[in-house]
Amino acid sequence: MDTFLIHLLNSLLYASVLFLIAGGLSLIYGVMRIVNLAHGNIYAVGAYTTAWAVGRVLGGAPTLVLYALLPVGALAAAALGAVLEPTLLRPLYKRAEEYQLLITFGLLLVLEDLIRFVWGPYPLAASALFEAPGSLTIGESIYPTYNLAVIVVGGLAAAALWAFVYKSKFGVILRATSQNMRMASALGVNVNRVYVQAFTLGCFMAGLGGAIVVPQQGAVLGMGVDALILAFVVVVIGGLGSLEGALLGALMVGVVREVGIALFPEIELAVLYLMAAIVLLIRPAGLFGRT
Amino acid sequence: MIPVPPRRVLVYAIPIALLLFVLPSVVSPYEVTQLSYGLIFAIAALGFNLLLGYTGLLSFGHSAYFGMGAYGVAFMVKYLKISSMEALIVGGVVAATAVAALFGFLCVRYTRIFFGILTLALSQVLWSLAFKFFWVTGGTDGLRVPTPSLLGVGMAPGQDKMAFLAHRYYYYVLVIFLVGVAVMWVIVHSPFGKALQAIRDNETRAEFVGVQVRRYRYMAFLVSGVYTGLAGALWAPLNGLTTPDILVWTFSGEIVFFTVLGGFQTFAGPIVGAVVFNYLKTFAVGYTVYWQMFLGGVLVVLVLALPAGIVGTASRLIDRLRKAA
Repeated sequence: MDTFLIHLLNSLLYASVLFLIAGGLSLIYGVMRIVNLAHGNIYAVGAYTTAWAVGRVLGGAPTLVLYALLPVGALAAAALGAVLEPTLLRPLYKRAEEYQLLITFGLLLVLEDLIRFVWGPYPLAASALFEAPGSLTIGESIYPTYNLAVIVVGGLAAAALWAFVYKSKFGVILRATSQNMRMASALGVNVNRVYVQAFTLGCFMAGLGGAIVVPQQGAVLGMGVDALILAFVVVVIGGLGSLEGALLGALMVGVVREVGIALFPEIELAVLYLMAAIVLLIRPAGLFGRT
Repeated sequence: MIPVPPRRVLVYAIPIALLLFVLPSVVSPYEVTQLSYGLIFAIAALGFNLLLGYTGLLSFGHSAYFGMGAYGVAFMVKYLKISSMEALIVGGVVAATAVAALFGFLCVRYTRIFFGILTLALSQVLWSLAFKFFWVTGGTDGLRVPTPSLLGVGMAPGQDKMAFLAHRYYYYVLVIFLVGVAVMWVIVHSPFGKALQAIRDNETRAEFVGVQVRRYRYMAFLVSGVYTGLAGALWAPLNGLTTPDILVWTFSGEIVFFTVLGGFQTFAGPIVGAVVFNYLKTFAVGYTVYWQMFLGGVLVVLVLALPAGIVGTASRLIDRLRKAA
């Protein structure tokens, strides 16, 4: 029973971070019809920025101050997004999809090295934040309290996003633009502004994912590309452009990965990709996608 | 009926082929080896472009077929102790084609972004298997591929490996490359090739004219897999080592990169792009640790400023000059 609970918590932990990354990717696709291959690097920027900020302030600062630094990574990622969309992506909306994919692939290469340039080739850690809250005893096992906090943040983010997209005025505009950009534009929506806002929000989520995961795992080169591939699996299962899909996909991938690591570690990744391929075959647009 | 190349194509093609034949006696062995890499990537790019440029399908998973070609060769060397390059090529191409037959069957049901993502996801399955089953594949250390015998003649005892690769192996690759180019030229100018272009330009109309769209796409996918697998098989002995790096999806991205660099709307574009990209990458890797940033920057500028690629832009310039004259 205890091991079951631990596995469940691990799955949820994993799903929370994945939802933040994949949700952002999906949101951007839903509104702008662009698959951002550099999305994983934005997540890495969030992780690196937080680790860097924590490292700078660390000298004897109270832990509470350090927790206040968590959003710094998310804000940095959002700022990056707000710069990238108007400069690099906007000129390409009218061009063929190939070019949109290619420019984000170029961006992936650039950001990968930019991270190495700014923060160096060695991993950064923010483990002080992970160790500070201590651990809980669940039955006979111990579980880090910080992991529970990550799960809570993931859950809150999902709820906030849902409220934002379905209950706020901005959400209405966002969904209208996503469904029919021309019509929304004809009704007076400033599409350019919606695009930059949506892209910034997507990047903010990815950055938040990076920021909350860095105390537990640290920031390493290549983390962005790895995360992107898993986020792909999530959005393919859930349906590109659907937030509910991203949530369900993240939960499924979280559970399968946790079970996979325990039972069939060699083919754990292969099983995830096969899962995505099978879903695409049965429902090309994903479980929640619009066909 | 085999289409005969018009005179203006031969005017370019024959001098370039002759130049490629005399080059090893002019430039250093290192340069020749680099050119071999370039020609091998060009074979892969030709195959890739049958899908992108002629059929309108953007695959982000061609590392799978290249990698299967290379790993097919490495497995045959390691487990079957085969050293004849001809047998290795057949084995590598068969392995790549088998995977392309399976993946293609699944992928050609889709187009556009879903095609891209599905090809990517499937290629990652192979990568993760190569990565995880290290007792078979050598994991990240990869598998060593010694120099094979060409047409039954092995490397002379005591011969320098570099000299072998820069001379005999280069000519071996060059002949296969030229045959590959000629065959691809015939394919894209055949009724089959025209049907693919019709599918690319308007799927619905092509269907109405009687083209079996999915079947043609599948055949294009297979041919593309054969070419890319052939390139992988030729690459393995040249590189001397196969690692999961050639199966990972960013390598597929590089194949897309050099095809677009040369210009995917032209026949010669992918060839030029592959050779230029190989030099560009070798230069960047030798020059700075931030080579990815350099290549990424090139790609961004390319997409924004020169979407027609090197060959496309050059031929437009030539046309304009001709009109002005």
